[in-house]
Parts: sequence; C-alpha cells; structure tokens
Amino acid sequence: MKQSSLREHKRLEEGALLRVRMNNRWTLYDPRLAWMLVAPVLLLLIFFLVLPIAVMAAYTFFTFVTAGVETSALTAANWQEFFTDSYYSGFLLKTLRVGAITALLCGVLGYFPAYFIWATSFRHKWLLLLLLIVPFWISFTIRTFSWINILGEQGVINVALLRMGIISEPLPMLYNEGAVILGLLHFLLPYMILNVYVSLEGIDRTLIAAARSMGCTSAQAFREVTLPLSLPGLAAGLLLCFVLAAGSYVTPQLLGSGRDALFGNLIYDTIMGELNWPMGATLSIVLFLVLGFFAAIYTRYMGMSQIVKGLGG
Amino acid sequence: MTKAARRKEEGRWAWRLTGFVTLCVYIFMFAPIVATVILSFNASMFGGFPMTGFSLQWYAKLMNNDAVLTAFRTSLWIALVTAAVTTAIGVVTAFALVRFEFRGKQALSTLVILPALVPETILGVGLLVLIKAVDQPRTMLLLVLGHILLAVPYVVLIAQARMVGIRRVYEEAALSLGASRFSSFREITLPLLIPAVVGGALLAFTISFDNTSASLFWRPAGVETMPTQILSMLKISISPEINALGTVMILVTVGIPLIGGLILQSLTKLKRRGEPKEEVR
Repeated sequence: MKQSSLREHKRLEEGALLRVRMNNRWTLYDPRLAWMLVAPVLLLLIFFLVLPIAVMAAYTFFTFVTAGVETSALTAANWQEFFTDSYYSGFLLKTLRVGAITALLCGVLGYFPAYFIWATSFRHKWLLLLLLIVPFWISFTIRTFSWINILGEQGVINVALLRMGIISEPLPMLYNEGAVILGLLHFLLPYMILNVYVSLEGIDRTLIAAARSMGCTSAQAFREVTLPLSLPGLAAGLLLCFVLAAGSYVTPQLLGSGRDALFGNLIYDTIMGELNWPMGATLSIVLFLVLGFFAAIYTRYMGMSQIVKGLGG
Repeated sequence: MTKAARRKEEGRWAWRLTGFVTLCVYIFMFAPIVATVILSFNASMFGGFPMTGFSLQWYAKLMNNDAVLTAFRTSLWIALVTAAVTTAIGVVTAFALVRFEFRGKQALSTLVILPALVPETILGVGLLVLIKAVDQPRTMLLLVLGHILLAVPYVVLIAQARMVGIRRVYEEAALSLGASRFSSFREITLPLLIPAVVGGALLAFTISFDNTSASLFWRPAGVETMPTQILSMLKISISPEINALGTVMILVTVGIPLIGGLILQSLTKLKRRGEPKEEVR
C-alpha cells in the first residue's frame, strides 16, 4: 500500500515537471539555460583572461621601435634576446630558486601547525583556525611592510639587541634575499597550513586507530598512515606557494634591494619603466609557461580537486 | 626503561615539538602586525622603536591627509561594487555548474579557477596589452572589471561547495507546485545559500580592497587605491603615519568579516529551529 502511494506521488510529480517543461518548451535542466547563467562569468573570463593572454602571445613577435612604440612587423628578436641574454635567464633561475626555497620552508614549517590543529584535543580549535584566516583579511601590503618594524634599523630586534649591549651597530637584516623569503613565507604559510589541514581532515581516523591496534607506535602510524594520506594536501600547498612566490611583485619591492628583484619586478619595469611592450609580453608569457608547466605536472599526478579544496571550496 | 615506555616518551616529545613549532609559527604570523599596531601610538617622530610615549597624533595627521582619504574612498567604492557584482554572477555560475549538465562544463570549472592561479603580474600585463592593441585608455570600469575577475574564482568555489550540499528536491518541489524558475531560485535556493553568499561577498570585498600588483597596472592615470597609495608612501620612508594607516586598515578589514561572521552565526542559530534536517547527499 505504501509502495503504491509512493508510486502515485512520483507519477504526480513527474506530471508537474512535465507541465513546467511544456509551458516553457524548455526541459528542466536545459543546457541553454545553463549557458545563460554562466554567460556573465564566461564573457569576463574570455575578455579579461583568455583574450589578453592570446594577444600577449602575439605581441611577443612584434617589433620594438622605441619606448612605447612598436610595430606589428613580425620578428623573433624578442625571443632571441630572451634566450641569448643571460640577464633574463639569470632572473628566471633566481625567481625559481626563491620560489622553491619558499615553498619548501612553507612545507616544513606549515606541516607542524596543520598537524597540531588537526590532532589537538583543545576545545577551541576553531580559534586556531580563525587565527589562520585572519591574515588573509589583512592587507598584503601592510603585512609585508610590517616586517620593516621587526627587521629594520629601528625594528624590534635591532633596538632590543642594542639596548642589551649585544651589538653596537644595527644589523643589516632588511633589503636582502633572506628578508624577501621571510616576507613570502609570512604571506604563504596560511595557504600551506590550510591545505595540509584540509587533507588531514579528510583522513578516516579509524585507519590510524587500526594501525595502532596492530602494534604500530605512534611514530610508525604517522609515517605509514597519516603522512602518506596527507601528501596530496602538502603537494597542493607546495605548488600554490611556489607559484605565488615566483609570481610575487610587492614583497621583493618592499623588503629586497634592487639585486633581489624577481621576475615579476622585471616584467613591471620592462613595461612601466622602459615601455618595451613586446619584451614585457615575452617575459610574461615565459613566466606563464614556466609556472603552467609546474602546474601541469602537478595536475598530471594529483588532479585539480585538491587545489580547489585548498582555495576555499 | 622498557622499549614501550621509551617509545611513549619519544611520542610525547614529538608532540611537544609540534606544539612548540606551532606556537612559533603563530608568533611569526602576528608579531609584525602587533609591532605595527603598537608603533602607531608612538609619540616619536620616526617610525620605529623605541617607544617614547603614547600619542594619537599620527591618527589626527592621517585624518587630514587628503591623498589617503581619497584613496580610501576610491578603494571602498571599487571593493563594494566588486563584492556586489562578483557575488551575483559568481553564485549564478556556481548554481549552473552544480545543477546543470552541459558540454564544456569541466573546461569551464577549470577556467574559472585560473584567475586565482595565474600570477597577477601576468594578468595585469595581459589586460594592458589587450587594451593597448585596441587603443583604449585605462578606465575605472576596467579596474573594477579586473578586480571582479580576480575575485570570481573564490566566490564560485565557496558557492559551489555550499550548493552541492543543498538537495535539488527542494527547488523541484517548488517548481512542481507552480513556482517559476526565478522565484524558486529566489525563495528556496538563495536563502539556503546565504552563508556562501555572505562569505563570498566578504571575501570579494577584501580581495578587491587589498589588491596591489594588478591595480598598479590597471589603475587609470592619477588614481590611487589604498594599497598603491601605501606603496607610494613607503617609497619615501616608513613613518608613524603609515603605521597608523596600517592599523586603521587592519581594523576595517578584520572587523568587517568578524562582525559579519558573528551576525551570520546568530542568524543561523535563530533559524535552526523548525528547519528540516538537511541530508548530505
């Protein structure tokens, strides 16, 4: 009896849906409607992301005449200059090195807090998580320049050491590569911690209990179960930190000297300073391809989903 | 000591080490910010330690700095428009991506996250090259649309995550009872999506309000947003005024989401009663 009323109900419902379909001459989940819904975002992506990169790729073959002027006569001169002048490859290698160091440091330093937050029995865990999200709300420029108050000649460290008589002159801690990496670390650690934390949260805790009950020590259980299962999050964090560090502009600008400029600064100076648009476009495409290459390797082995989770999905 | 006891001891030390590193990381995250806030009240002429006394003079000076006030107003407007538009188009896109099946859906979901992964310098240059190629000037509209592009991935991801948890039978029930597509979305889907809508709007606001690198490329000549204004002030030197400005900005950008979150939490608590239990599909 119950079965038949259920069937009746289902039939009625289908009838109603059919009516909707008849009225509009559209099916309920019509692809045309979907395209209308995504149209604004799709147009934005086409005109502000896809088309610019395509035009930029074409621009790399344009001829540079003088500051701010170029002709559409096709040439390979920009690419030739990029591949022959060691100035550019030096910049690229330095940028990749700084990005890699930053990402690795983030991985090492970020794993501990992520693990701690996941494993702690502290009741106000949410507070620890909230504190990780708060930096995202504070302006990146402010977070970066605030390091001047710590490392600068009148910063906390120098003033404290001078007062204690340990040093007689302020230590030069700012405007070098170390300061740039420190600033990047400060900016990227929350990304890493959240990525690792999300993948730790996805682990079935009974697996660890099972490992322990089979005689694993806690160290073994961590090494054999927890660590491998959290690797996707760690890898996503590493990729994200690497890409964001290698593409940074503000941090080297504020915390580094002229010698610590990264590829992003080179692009900015080429375009806004020298007004050499074809070369600027070439450098942008190079950075895009190099970072895209690393992202492609990553997605080949890990897939996109972990990145999506890490970005807040 | 037995083997087991030694292992237990090791485990305890490992846990202590984890806790210690965690503490250090949190100190590392917040020490510079705390130092900036403290220094903004310093009476000294120079933007650094030691503290020579408590003073609010730098805030007073800030209130009379026209360049800063203009930049603040500009940024506020851009961020508000960005938040409103991004939330509207982002939520609708997330709805389509979750509910509908259409060709190219997978490609679109990947394309949507790209603005968050491509470095801002590249996005910045790309758009400039495009408008140079078609001989258009940099305008405010361009800057706002650029900010929307940067915020779209986050809003879509947040809305998508929430959308997946809302069962489609609710909407379909409304439809079968004669509601139009639009009113079923407005009356059923949207209220269930509210946490994602508010969260997405707040995030879009902060992304736009904070954006530095891309804004440096896109801003029309003579226009300063708050971050670019700070950057140009820093080119001279770090002054106590910048510390005060930083503190005000921190209060705004941390205060708004915190208050928003608290309001949201109390709202959902009130609504929890009498709401049918949601099953997770």
